[in-house]
Amino acid sequence: MAEFIAYLIAGLATGAIYALAAIGFTLVWQTSQTINFAQGEFVMLPAILILAAVKLAGLPLWIAVILGIAAFILLFGWGFKLVIVDPMIRHGVLPLAIATMALSIIMKEGAKDGFTAEAQTFPSLVPQETVTFLGISISLQHIAIIVVACVAIGALQWFVTQTKTGRQMQASAQNPNVALILGIPVAQMVMLTFLINAALAALASILISPIYLAKFSNGEVIGLFAFIAAIVGGFNQVRGALAGGLIVGVIDSLAAAYISTSYRLAVPLVLLVVIILIKPEGLFGRKEERAV
Amino acid sequence: MNASRVDGVLVTLLLGVLILWFAPASMGRYGTYVLSLWIVTAVAVMGLNLTLGVAGLKSLAQAAFMGIGAYATALLTTKAGIGWFPAFMISGALCFVVGLFLGFPALRVKAHYLAFVTLAFSTLVWLVLRNEQWLTGGVFGLSNIPRPVIFGIKTDNALPFHRFVVVVTLALALILWWLLRSPWGRAFLALRENPVRAASLGINIRAYTLLAFAIGSAYAGFAGALYAPLVEFIDPSPFQLSASFFLLLMVVAGGSGYQLGPFVGALLGVVLPEWLRFTGGLYLIIFAGIVIALLIACPQGVLGLFERGWAAVKRRPMGANPPVKGAA
Repeated sequence: MAEFIAYLIAGLATGAIYALAAIGFTLVWQTSQTINFAQGEFVMLPAILILAAVKLAGLPLWIAVILGIAAFILLFGWGFKLVIVDPMIRHGVLPLAIATMALSIIMKEGAKDGFTAEAQTFPSLVPQETVTFLGISISLQHIAIIVVACVAIGALQWFVTQTKTGRQMQASAQNPNVALILGIPVAQMVMLTFLINAALAALASILISPIYLAKFSNGEVIGLFAFIAAIVGGFNQVRGALAGGLIVGVIDSLAAAYISTSYRLAVPLVLLVVIILIKPEGLFGRKEERAV
Repeated sequence: MNASRVDGVLVTLLLGVLILWFAPASMGRYGTYVLSLWIVTAVAVMGLNLTLGVAGLKSLAQAAFMGIGAYATALLTTKAGIGWFPAFMISGALCFVVGLFLGFPALRVKAHYLAFVTLAFSTLVWLVLRNEQWLTGGVFGLSNIPRPVIFGIKTDNALPFHRFVVVVTLALALILWWLLRSPWGRAFLALRENPVRAASLGINIRAYTLLAFAIGSAYAGFAGALYAPLVEFIDPSPFQLSASFFLLLMVVAGGSGYQLGPFVGALLGVVLPEWLRFTGGLYLIIFAGIVIALLIACPQGVLGLFERGWAAVKRRPMGANPPVKGAA
């Protein structure tokens, strides 16, 4: 039982990180119909940028963290929207989706050739100790990840539902034409979601890299889990992506412990197919109307 | 698509076969290998071009299907001792059936769910290839895959095998060419242009999209059946998810929906790296960069660019046509 709870907490911790990536993914999908196939690489890269600033430029860690995150948000929030999404969206959703695949190759190969192909250790925010509570040993790191991710998601939820800008953002996503007539700066709101997506990815990167090590190929698995989380929870809801992330994280952790380490990846994949078969709009999503 | 353009495709195909039949004479072993690899890749891209370019579906499992074909052919020709041709047919049929099973649940919902289902499938195939050592040899792969004997002629050397690949590819390209001119092919096009209208005209959208996806997947199986004896050794790495992304980029680079597009796209994806040897490992970045630039400037790919250029050349001497809006 104690073992089970330890696996559960570890699963919730990685699940919270997948949720961050999945929320960014659904936000961008809602406002601009962009399916970002580079989402996993978005989570891989910030840690690499920070390590590169430390190892190649010799900066102290805290400056590298601030600079790395700022550079990432600038390049892959603002720059991504301006250089890739804006010119491409007029051709339709399909070319844009394929462009994000090309982008994922560029980010992955860039990290490999520009920095290193080896997995690098990434400093943890909290000491890597375990505390024992009621006979259950819990990693402090996992607790810290869950807390940080929950605070970030709570803040986002508050921003989106309680502030004026957040509600304008929602309006822009739900009906851009009406939002425009009401005087909402729709273009700025769409840009804002891209910046939020990049910030969430950077946060996820800092949280996950101490566990998985920073490596150029990390994005494949993280991206896969973010997609699965988004679909399982519901493609069009923030709370859906949150729930999806946690579910996928826990299932993955338990599958690795109790089923098979070599087929742990297969379990969430089977879950994905089952959800698509029985509840395609996701566990917490709403059905989308079909436009003619 | 008018009649003269389609004949253009046919003429180009036949001319291409003539050139490819004789071209390797002065290219040496490795040059011939690269040329064969280009054509084999083009077969997989042809299938994906049907799925993406004609039916408008994103399949992220083309490399996985190619892997299924390659492993099926390798196992059948080495362990079961079956001839290459039956193994080739079985590989294609296997991918067709798997495509039907995979596409059915996904397409029941919405076209873009196919992308996620195939994404999952691609990873599952890779897991099986890597973990089931008793069957697939795991990370060590399968080696000593025999090359076929056709009418008593051995194709063990690079040149005869290359010619064999050229002939098989021509046959596959002609089947696809015929298919796209048939009423079926017209229905595929109708799906891409306006699915709702196609449905109202009595075309069973779900059946036709499923069929397009399954045929596209079968072509990946055929490509795998050619790939296995070409490289003579296979392991799971060339059939990963990133390889499927790469094949999609080739479709777009060549010109999605154009029947000759796959050959141009595969040329950029397979032969360009050889020319870019001097850049070291950067060729993937360069290729992906080219694709993004193409998508921004001309989403119809290289062939679309040619077509646009040709139209501009033809228009200029006349001087009578009013400038088209947005063409400046």
